Amino acid sequence: MDFQKFRGTDKYLTSSALESAVNCALSLERPLLVRGEPGTGKTQLAEAIAGALGLRLIHWPVKSTTRAQDGLYVYDTVQRLYDSRFGDGDVKDIRRYIKHGALGQAFASRERVVLLIDEIDKADLEFPNDLLHELDRMRFVVTETGDEIVARERPAVVITSNAEKELPDAFLRRCVFHFIEFPEKDLMARIVRVHHPDLEQKLLDQALQAFYALRDVDGLRKRPSTSELIDWIAVLRRAGIASVELEAGMPFLGALLKREQDLIAFAEAAMRGRRPRA
Amino acid sequence: MFVPFLYELRDRGVKVGAQEALSLAEALGMGLHRGTLDGFYEVARALCVHREQDLDAFDRAFAHHFRAVPDDALALTDEVLQWLEQPRTRRQLTEGEKKLIERLDLEEARERLRRRIAEQRERHDRGNRWVGTGGTSPHGAGGFHPTGIKVGEAPGGKGALEVAVERRFRDLRSDVTLDTRHIEVALRRLRAFVREGVLSELDVESTIDKTARNAGELEIAMRAPRRSNLRVLLLLDVGGSMDPHADVCERLFSAAKRATHFKELRTLYFHNCVYGRVYRTAGLIDGESVIPLLQECDPSWRLIVVGDALMSPWELQSSGSRWSFGDDSGAPGIAWLMHLAQHFPHAAWLNPEPEAAWYGTAEVIRRVFPMYRLTQDGLLEAVQRLMRGGNRH
Repeated sequence: MDFQKFRGTDKYLTSSALESAVNCALSLERPLLVRGEPGTGKTQLAEAIAGALGLRLIHWPVKSTTRAQDGLYVYDTVQRLYDSRFGDGDVKDIRRYIKHGALGQAFASRERVVLLIDEIDKADLEFPNDLLHELDRMRFVVTETGDEIVARERPAVVITSNAEKELPDAFLRRCVFHFIEFPEKDLMARIVRVHHPDLEQKLLDQALQAFYALRDVDGLRKRPSTSELIDWIAVLRRAGIASVELEAGMPFLGALLKREQDLIAFAEAAMRGRRPRA
Repeated sequence: MFVPFLYELRDRGVKVGAQEALSLAEALGMGLHRGTLDGFYEVARALCVHREQDLDAFDRAFAHHFRAVPDDALALTDEVLQWLEQPRTRRQLTEGEKKLIERLDLEEARERLRRRIAEQRERHDRGNRWVGTGGTSPHGAGGFHPTGIKVGEAPGGKGALEVAVERRFRDLRSDVTLDTRHIEVALRRLRAFVREGVLSELDVESTIDKTARNAGELEIAMRAPRRSNLRVLLLLDVGGSMDPHADVCERLFSAAKRATHFKELRTLYFHNCVYGRVYRTAGLIDGESVIPLLQECDPSWRLIVVGDALMSPWELQSSGSRWSFGDDSGAPGIAWLMHLAQHFPHAAWLNPEPEAAWYGTAEVIRRVFPMYRLTQDGLLEAVQRLMRGGNRH
C-alpha cells in the first residue's frame, strides 16, 4: 500500500519513535493521541504534519465548555427564530441555519486535511466518548435535515492532551499513542538552533546549562519547557546579553518561571547552593 | 511471532487485546517497522500502550522478552536504584589495586549481582563486595571495575533494548506517587450537576415553545446554568503513625481545597480514631462535636476519611481514649465509625499504607468503610465509589 511518510520538517525536529507513531496513525487511519508536558510541541506537531504532507490544517481548540456536538454542527435556532419574526431570507430552508464545526468541515472538505483536536482533556469527561463513533466511522447525520455528512477523504486526526486527565479506555484503544518526552540536551540544542540560527555557541551552551539546572530545582510547580527556553533566549538576545550564569543571578527569570511559588522555590534553592561555597 | 510478547504485556498489567493484536499485525504487514527490532519497538509501543503510566511496564516486558534480561536484575527495589543515583566520592585506585580487582565474565557478574541483591539488606557505599556506589565491587554505579555490570542508570544508548532497559518512564507509573495534579483530576470526577442560581442561559427549547404559543411573537426563556452541587466532608488522621504520610495528606488537602466544583468542603482532623469530637486544626485544638456536625451535614454529603487505620485495639473498643481529651464520648471508637458510615451512604476510607499493612484494626475498619489505597488508582476507585453511592458491602 502506498502511504505518505512523515519525517518532520526543517522547523520541527522529531525523534524516530515519534515518526513511527505518526506514520502508524497515517497508515492505519487512526487518530494520533499525543501527550506530554506542556510546551513540548504537541500542537506544533499537527502543524508540522500538515506542512510536511502539504495538507490544510483545521484547528479545533477545546475548552471546558466545548461539547462534542459543537465539533459536528450547530443549528442556529436563535437566528432562525429571529429571521422568522423579522423576515429575512428563506426560513423554511433549515440547511441555511446548520453551521459545520471543525469535525464537520474536515469531513466535508474535498481534499484530505489534518484535523487537530487540541487539549481534549480540557472538556467534560464524557467529551471523548461522545466523539468515538464519529471519529471511527468518519460520518454523522444532521438530525434536523436527515443529511449524512460522510468524509470523502479520511482526515488525519491529531489529538493532544496535557497528560493530566485519564481518558476513557474505549477512546484510548482506538488511538495510536505517543508520549513526547522532554528533549535531552543534544536535541534541545538542535531545536534552539532551528529557532535562533545565528545564536552564538557560547550563549547557547550557557543557556542550556542554566535551563537544565533550573528544571532540576526541587519543588517547581511548572518546570520551564521548550517554548519558554526559546522565548527566554529571544529576550536575552534582544537585551544584548552575551553570557548567563545560574550562580550570578539569572536575567529575565520571569520568562522561564511564571509562578510566584516557583520563583520563591528557585531563590531558596539558589541560597542552599551558595552556602557551602561561602 | 509477537503474540507471546502480547501475553507478556498482559502479565505486566498492560491491557492489550485482540484490537491491539490486529492493529499490530496490520502495521507490520505494511512494513511500518522497517524490518528492524527498533522499528518494532516503536510501532508496538505506539499501538499497545495507551497511557504513559504503562510505558514502564512495556519497557520491562520488551527487555525481558527480547533479551531475556534477568528479571531479578531489573527487579531492584527503587531504594537500591535511588542510592545508586548519587555516587559517593569515587575512590582513587592505584594501578596495583586495579589489577587486584578480579576480572569477571558477564555471565558470572550477572549471577553474582543476583545473589548479592538477594543477600543485601541495607545501603552500602565505598566497599568492595556489596552493590553500592563509588566502590570496587563488580556491581553498582559510579565505581570502578573492569568488567562490572552497571546497575541502573544506563548511558543513553540508542538501540531499543538499551532504551527499554533504561526504564525512563518509571516515574510515570500510576501506583507510585500522587502529585496534587493527579489528585485534582481524580477529585474532578466528584460532582453532581443541578440547575440553580441566576437565570443566565438562553433556554432554546423553551424559547421556541413559548414563541410558538405566542403566535410567532418572539418570547425569550432563560434558565440557570448547570453547576455541581456536591458537598464533601474530609476527615484527616494526623500525628503518630501518620507523620510519614503528612506530605501526601497535605497534597490531598490542598487539591480538595482548590477544587472549584464542590459546593462545600469541610476538613476536620482526628487522631487515630474518631470519638465524640473532631478538630478544626491539625494541632487537634478547636474541637467540634460529631453529633451536631452530623446534623449539619446531611447524608448527601460525601465522606472521605484519610488514615492508616492503625491503632491499638483498645482505642477502637474503649470509649473515650486518651486522645479524646476529656470529652466524654460515651461510645467506643468503632461505634463512632459505624455511626459515621451509617450516616453517610457515600463514604470511602483512603489508606496511605500499602495493602499488605492493612491488618489488625485496619482489618476491622475495612469492614465498616470501603478502603482504598491513597494512590492514583486507589483514589480513582474511591471517587467512583463515592459517585455510585451505597457502600454496604
